[in-house]
Amino acid sequence: MTMNIIETSGLGKRYGSTWALRECTLAIPAGHVAALVGPNGAGKTTLLNLAVGLAEPSAGGVTVLGDKPAGSPAALDGIAFVAQDTPLYKNLSAADMLHLTRNLNRRFDQPYAETRLAELGIPLNRRAGKLSGGQQAQLALTLALARRPRLLVLDEPVAMLDPIARHDFMATVLTAMADDGVSVVLSSHVLAELERVADYLILLSRGRVQVAGEVAGLLASHRMLTGPTTEADKYAERPVVHVQRGGAQTHLLVRATADDPVPPGWEAHPVDLEELAMAYLREPGAGALPGPSRGRGTQPSEVTR
Amino acid sequence: MTALTMPTRPGHDARLRAVPWRRMAWVTWRQHRAALAGVAVFLGALAVYLWLTGLQIHHAYATACHPASSLACTINFTGRYGPTAIVVSIFLQAVPALIGAFAGAPVLAREMETGTFRFAWTQGFGRWRWTLAKLVLLAVVVAAAAAAFSVLYSWFSQPFFAAGYTIPFATRVFDLGEVAFAAWTLAAFAIGALAGMLIRRTVPAIAATLAVYAALASATALYLRQHYMTPLHTSKLNLPGSAWLVSQWYTKGGKFAFGAHGFQLVHAVSQLCPPRIGTSGLSPAQCLTQHGYTAWTSYQPGSRFWPFQWIEGGWLLALSVLLIAATVWLVRRRAA
Repeated sequence: MTMNIIETSGLGKRYGSTWALRECTLAIPAGHVAALVGPNGAGKTTLLNLAVGLAEPSAGGVTVLGDKPAGSPAALDGIAFVAQDTPLYKNLSAADMLHLTRNLNRRFDQPYAETRLAELGIPLNRRAGKLSGGQQAQLALTLALARRPRLLVLDEPVAMLDPIARHDFMATVLTAMADDGVSVVLSSHVLAELERVADYLILLSRGRVQVAGEVAGLLASHRMLTGPTTEADKYAERPVVHVQRGGAQTHLLVRATADDPVPPGWEAHPVDLEELAMAYLREPGAGALPGPSRGRGTQPSEVTR
Repeated sequence: MTALTMPTRPGHDARLRAVPWRRMAWVTWRQHRAALAGVAVFLGALAVYLWLTGLQIHHAYATACHPASSLACTINFTGRYGPTAIVVSIFLQAVPALIGAFAGAPVLAREMETGTFRFAWTQGFGRWRWTLAKLVLLAVVVAAAAAAFSVLYSWFSQPFFAAGYTIPFATRVFDLGEVAFAAWTLAAFAIGALAGMLIRRTVPAIAATLAVYAALASATALYLRQHYMTPLHTSKLNLPGSAWLVSQWYTKGGKFAFGAHGFQLVHAVSQLCPPRIGTSGLSPAQCLTQHGYTAWTSYQPGSRFWPFQWIEGGWLLALSVLLIAATVWLVRRRAA
């Protein structure tokens, strides 16, 4: 029995008359690297801000680390957050940033932080504002991990980084995950990097949860069917997520397992995470919400808007 | 990947002990030492100037003003240094506003502007405690610096009071008094902090702080201060030199006739004592007294200087506490 690291019910956040997030009900189990994916403006940052206690919900509620209200002292103690663009005090040195973070938290693993910065070649006396973008991101991540959190929340951590810095950053996250069992929730609109790191996927679209579940389960329950365009309409009764029509051939991303029969003249392929995410993002009306969540069955349930 | 159960760590229960308050001392110092150094350099430079000029002033007073009414005192002391004292006191009016705006407004505005509040407010310390600790520490430091500075100023201005050149109640020196100056600096800081939180941008918050401060200080000097205690009334014409004249008016037959300034008085004097060619004429006051009018004066005696300092200090302190509390409340409820 694992606890839910983030659990929301009917969560909504309104800015003025616009709902940035609405009717968001999900449960992210502990022990995953959960990717929060969606186009810009889908509500990813809003959901993360609510989870770390920076924003107050307009509707519904959010608990973290089992049953702790977001933003409560116990929640702040156990969650480390690296915000978008990794804000740091630019005029403080790396050593000062460590000292500052140590002062603001009950736990701080100074030897870990110093070792990591040394490995990364980040001089302790260099001011944060003088570090490269990749080094700033690594410093922010090091500060977060040295707090020994149970949950690490990263908002668009790699969006501004070049491919090498992006790779190094995610490697640090995965190492921490493996060494400490820290759960990770990260948001991204960069799909390419996710396949390697994420084992739990939440697709957000226009402020609503479209898909949520373990990546392995999602991939196993979807297939790409390729066949003649003339026959494409025959499969309208199947749970088709996305149709990509070509001149002669059409690709259908359908909800089906490897055991489901393939129609004659068609070929079935497994899908990868990027294809799956792209298909759903192109069809904001489609939804699939399988996976473990409170009290509900594990059967996929259809969400129709 | 298998789902892991989280290792239980000691202290992760509801009885979580908060991060100690004292840790904010280092944090505040490290983050705001540039601003505090700026305040120190600014006040320090002014203090050096006051000290050097003050030595000359004290020397001139000691040599020329025996008695203070002597012509030598008028020429060599008040004539020579009076204008300097006026310029200095007018300039010092701006000092609390400048400290408040440049030390207070950026505290939260800069965090908002640069996004670092997302870092600071998600640390274990907790955001309202972080705000409260920071603001109180900085407020105490700037108020203490201002208090120390005002002691020097009161030494600087003492000969002018002794010579009767200025009264301590004068508008341009009262709020430089030992209590009021620190209290105004504190209030300016609190205004700045709240403006920074509301406006969330440093430069507009600084401008707003200066504007609000100027409005509050002017309103206090012009309308509020004279009402701290009920003024004394007298029909005697020779008030003690240290008294602060609040208003004057005339009565006739026990009834209010007119104020000491304005059309009605001019009209009455021209009717009663029309100017005649070849005579030296009477002053308006002499004329009215001859015709049965009584001149009344309401004033605050000089002995009320310290009670007034404490009253002004008291309400400014209450206002500052309120403004800081409002800022902390805003931080606590603010939606990111």
